[in-house]
Amino acid sequence: MRRLLRTLLLVPLLGFAAPALAQVPMGEASTVKEGLEIGTSTSEIAIASDFRGADLTIFGALTNADELFLAIGQYDVVVTLEGPRDYATVRRKERVFGIWMNTESMTFEQVPESYSLASTRQIDSIDEAPSLNNIGVGIAHMPLNPVGYISDSGSIREFRDAYRRLKLANGLYQRDTSGVQFVSSSLFRASLKLPANIPDGIHMVRAYLFKGGQLIAQRELPLRVVKTGIEQAITDAAHERPFAYGFLCVLIAVVTGWGASLLFRKD
Amino acid sequence: MTVYLPIAELSVNIFIILGMGAAVGFLSGMFGVGGGFLITPLLIFYNIPPVVAVATGANQVVASSISGAITHFRRGTLDMKLGCVLLVGGLAGATAGVWVFSWLRRVGQLDLFISILYVVLLSTIGALMLQESLRALRRARNKEQLPLKRPGQHNWVHRLPLKMRFKKSKIYLSAIPVVALGFGIGVLTSIMGVGGGFIMVPAMIYLLRIPTSVVVGTSLFQIIFVTAYTTMVQAATNYSVDIVLATILMVAGVIGAQYGVRVGQKLRGEQLRALLALLVLAVGIRLAIGLIVTPEEIYSVAVGGLSY
Repeated sequence: MRRLLRTLLLVPLLGFAAPALAQVPMGEASTVKEGLEIGTSTSEIAIASDFRGADLTIFGALTNADELFLAIGQYDVVVTLEGPRDYATVRRKERVFGIWMNTESMTFEQVPESYSLASTRQIDSIDEAPSLNNIGVGIAHMPLNPVGYISDSGSIREFRDAYRRLKLANGLYQRDTSGVQFVSSSLFRASLKLPANIPDGIHMVRAYLFKGGQLIAQRELPLRVVKTGIEQAITDAAHERPFAYGFLCVLIAVVTGWGASLLFRKD
Repeated sequence: MTVYLPIAELSVNIFIILGMGAAVGFLSGMFGVGGGFLITPLLIFYNIPPVVAVATGANQVVASSISGAITHFRRGTLDMKLGCVLLVGGLAGATAGVWVFSWLRRVGQLDLFISILYVVLLSTIGALMLQESLRALRRARNKEQLPLKRPGQHNWVHRLPLKMRFKKSKIYLSAIPVVALGFGIGVLTSIMGVGGGFIMVPAMIYLLRIPTSVVVGTSLFQIIFVTAYTTMVQAATNYSVDIVLATILMVAGVIGAQYGVRVGQKLRGEQLRALLALLVLAVGIRLAIGLIVTPEEIYSVAVGGLSY
């Protein structure tokens, strides 16, 4: 699986490397703005039911990169894969009359169900927190806006922290602060981790180019994750034809129960 | 060997599920119970989401009750009219139950509610059964005679209006308590994933004074249709019936039940009931501990209204 994805994505990107090398000479102030290119050979990934997680490799190239800045490592690249967005409700348990029960809850607006990040180094050393918050890149910096008005900012922080912690714990949110590596002076490779429980739907690959701590270029590509196999077919059936599915469940029960009584009858 | 449960969204060891199904099937065959009240808590202990455990439990009860229902139907030991009146209440109760179930799930209190209901129900039933079987054991030891009970005695239930004649049961009874009993069992089926026979049978005998000869057959008749209906409604509204999990449980369950029946015939009734009572109590206590012990993580996340 891992090798397959890598080869699939590598092929078209080799083309980007060539123009990237014909750059502004070293030291000369560039008048052309740097650009960023990323690409995938496929816009769709099929995941079988025995999927246990994999790495998705994305290649990209800097265009019009300044050789001097490249040499002293002033370019940083962050690549993220964002899953489909949905509302997420975080609940907190409290002891009530000796029993632990959910008491408070907070719903966040349209947060990605999964989020995988790869970067050249710790993103907090790439840029300052306020500007990362602005861009919304990084698990600690993505916007988590509660639905409705909540006056207690302390509890917002607690719920946000809990959300991030739980998402990191179940693997849906991942980060690899050395996941982006330059394979040549301007060609880079990003390894994004796909969790085993990755949701299907339209994901977004986003690449950010920072120069000396400033975001200077950004690219995005949609990537469709499609689950295949019998398990997914069952899930689809349960959601798309619930009555037929329910009827089948009852039918199996009737056949099993009746069948066993016929099979084991002594006479 | 692991198998992925598509609705529960987790991988489980198939042998553990098979063992669980076979063990509960064995017990249900031995004691003549549906087994839903054991399978659902066991699934919850094995980290199956309670939403899925309950809906799948109801499905499993269909399989474990059908052969008994067919046998009683063939022998004619069921009161069809009484069963239909029970069923009217049962279907209404199951509908209301699924509605409550969905609402509790939306507000994030479903897991707690299921656990509390189980703790209350299992500890009450377990304690009553234990008390009764210990008394029977003591009586057997002292070789006392059973006090003769007159089944014809009337109580407040028999003074209610809307009386109907149930020919098969040879009883003239108000429809109100019958429908109400069916309704209550229907609610339990959809919220707890049980058939409810362990409540219905005593209630029919002691409260409604229905002759024991038709009680089991009639209650199985009602259970089959209410659990089948609940499975359909749960599948349609909560998408929470796991067909893979249900199939594994059912296949193991019906085989286990065949052996359970054979063992059950050899053992003495009072000892058997005392054992079942202890088992029921143990499951109830285990669930109660889960409610009280401080959880490792007090936060939980639910995406788009779905809890995991």
